[in-house]
Amino acid sequence: MSAEDTHGSSVAVAARVERRWATIAVIIIVGMALLAAFAGIHQATMPQPRVETTDPSRIHLAGEFVESNLGSVLEANGNVTVRAIGQQYSFTPACIVVPVDTPITLRATSADVVHGILIQGTNVNTMLVPGYISEQLMRFGRTGDYLMPCQEFCSFGHEGMWGKVKVIDKTDFANRAKSGGRLSCVGQ
Amino acid sequence: MLVNRKLILAHFWFAFAVFGVALTLGAWQMFIRSPIGTWLSNPELYYRSLTAHGTVMGYVFPTLVAMGFGYAISESALEQRLVGVRWAWTGFWLIVLGSIMAVIPIALGRASVLYTFYPPLIGNLFYYLGVVLVVVGSWIWVALMAINLRVWRKAHPDAPVPLAMFANVAGSYLWAWTAVGAALELLLQIIPVAAGLKNTIDAGLARIFFSWTLHAIVYFWLMPTYIAYYTIVPRAIGGRVYSDSMARISFILFLVVAMPIGMHHTFADPQVGAGFKFIHSAFTALVALPTLLTVFTICASVEIAARLRGGRGLFGWIRALPWDNPMMLALAFSFVMLGFGGAGGLINMSYQLDASIHNTQWITGHFHLIFGGAIVIMYFAIAYDLWPHLTGRELVDVRLIRTQLWLWFIGMIVTTFPWHWVGILGMPRRMAYFDFGDPAIAPQALSVTFSVIGGFILLTSGIMFIVILARGMRAPQVDAGPYRFALAVHQPTTVPVALNTHALWVALMIALTLTNYGYPILNLALGGGTSVPAVYVGAQ
Repeated sequence: MSAEDTHGSSVAVAARVERRWATIAVIIIVGMALLAAFAGIHQATMPQPRVETTDPSRIHLAGEFVESNLGSVLEANGNVTVRAIGQQYSFTPACIVVPVDTPITLRATSADVVHGILIQGTNVNTMLVPGYISEQLMRFGRTGDYLMPCQEFCSFGHEGMWGKVKVIDKTDFANRAKSGGRLSCVGQ
Repeated sequence: MLVNRKLILAHFWFAFAVFGVALTLGAWQMFIRSPIGTWLSNPELYYRSLTAHGTVMGYVFPTLVAMGFGYAISESALEQRLVGVRWAWTGFWLIVLGSIMAVIPIALGRASVLYTFYPPLIGNLFYYLGVVLVVVGSWIWVALMAINLRVWRKAHPDAPVPLAMFANVAGSYLWAWTAVGAALELLLQIIPVAAGLKNTIDAGLARIFFSWTLHAIVYFWLMPTYIAYYTIVPRAIGGRVYSDSMARISFILFLVVAMPIGMHHTFADPQVGAGFKFIHSAFTALVALPTLLTVFTICASVEIAARLRGGRGLFGWIRALPWDNPMMLALAFSFVMLGFGGAGGLINMSYQLDASIHNTQWITGHFHLIFGGAIVIMYFAIAYDLWPHLTGRELVDVRLIRTQLWLWFIGMIVTTFPWHWVGILGMPRRMAYFDFGDPAIAPQALSVTFSVIGGFILLTSGIMFIVILARGMRAPQVDAGPYRFALAVHQPTTVPVALNTHALWVALMIALTLTNYGYPILNLALGGGTSVPAVYVGAQ
């Protein structure tokens, strides 16, 4: 074998190795995208699918987010809907009460700037952008208190914007819901 | 052939000076909000500092490094005097002016909106105008890079463009286009409100415009680092670039797919539907490809160096590498941090996993590890490598350089690993204060304390870096010779047009941006009814 041949074959080896690696890289990437698609479609772990808007300068006057409609409500089908707003520098209600092991729909928006809701110890995590309604499905597996900080910078009082989520027993919640109205745990 | 050395040094010195200031602010921020700091009676000071830190580290420092390095590449790789030197100085002074103009309102507490702007929060007009001037100054650099390549092409028709310049121009085009998103947000939305011409703003639309810039800007920061991986490291450690064409393909991929993916920053936002979020998530996966190709090519190039030095065996060659060479050390540290940071990035880009860490300290940890770690450590290496050629003086204290790099690496790991951890525990970002007395937050105190120690190690390392460069200005004179870039194993004599020009790829970059952003932006812009009153910062 001449020097030229050895060189030629090493070039071929180099190109082959490189091609193999590129193929592996592409497989990894396609695999990841497919995994995300599968989890998204099959297990319905999608971000909020629809865009809903609202006028933040009027939310306190009429519609879904008037003060008397904020808090948790037990729906006829046994599910719970929680409505909340964020404003500089607190959530209303500041303490959200929900039952354990129940499908819950959180609907929230902002009255002024961009805020965020994060419930520690869970993967409940959504932005509150004024003008838009955020909706997130959630379900708590154990009772207890969870901290709910604002996770987006909302100006100088941001560090003081912490809410709370109180997850209570199902029957306890049902009893409280009997009297109607919107439930919260503010002041408890 | 480095002729305009003063120009390049001016860029580097201004970059490193503002970096030093922003680094100090960063360390102070970590300390003041930690359990070992005392409660800051005025939290607003924290947000001033945070805005300054982000503005400098995001817009000023990396842009100046890319520009200075770009001019150095243009002169030395093309072996051609820089065309448009007066324009280059104009760009530089615009950035200096813009930085000063932006920093004054920040220092006065009139622009504490963070570098990500966050409308409807609106700060002082001059803050935004300052940022615009910085971007305009950098666009002059983009134009100059294109013009210099054009001049060279005329003199060398059909010759392969040197890899360093090919990549440099790709990086400049990426920057020009990615900055358009924030520019649109500033010019169409924020500045009219800050100037008092309007008083409402669509925060959802603004977030989409910003996401256009927010992700690809990271790849612009990354470009000098990748150029160093491919064109400096192999030369500095005595190896060769494994494959010139794979290098070009990687840079082209960055140009094309770094752009249309920014909406993965808005997975948790209500103003975009799930469809476009999924598309952006899938494209984000794609951007891992050029990095995976780079990791292969650079490891192979390094192995060539090791085997040329007598390294043997399947892994035994690693011992034969020149570990006392700062460039080798910086590369190894950079790769380790890129590996951890990249793995974290895969979690962020995933639709499902993102929800558990979105806007927590995990994110802060992630981008400090990637940008502050993997990218900036190579900026140090680039400066060390270029310095003797710029100053005509030798950097004598190699041991000090090695210690500086080690400290930066250790500091970055000690800072960011606990950050990731507390992020998983749900600690939110950008807070001036945490009540560690709360039993639910108390378990995070130890991790945060470690993180502060890391911050001070980084500060020490940053100061050492500046001292080393300053001492290098007075060291004994030496003839460093011409500045050279690494050669490939098979140095190309001809290169296919697609791998030698940018036009096709720039067209593809723009087209993909339009397909991935066009509909969401038009939908939000034409939808109407979602503009909200501006909230002026510092107006009370």
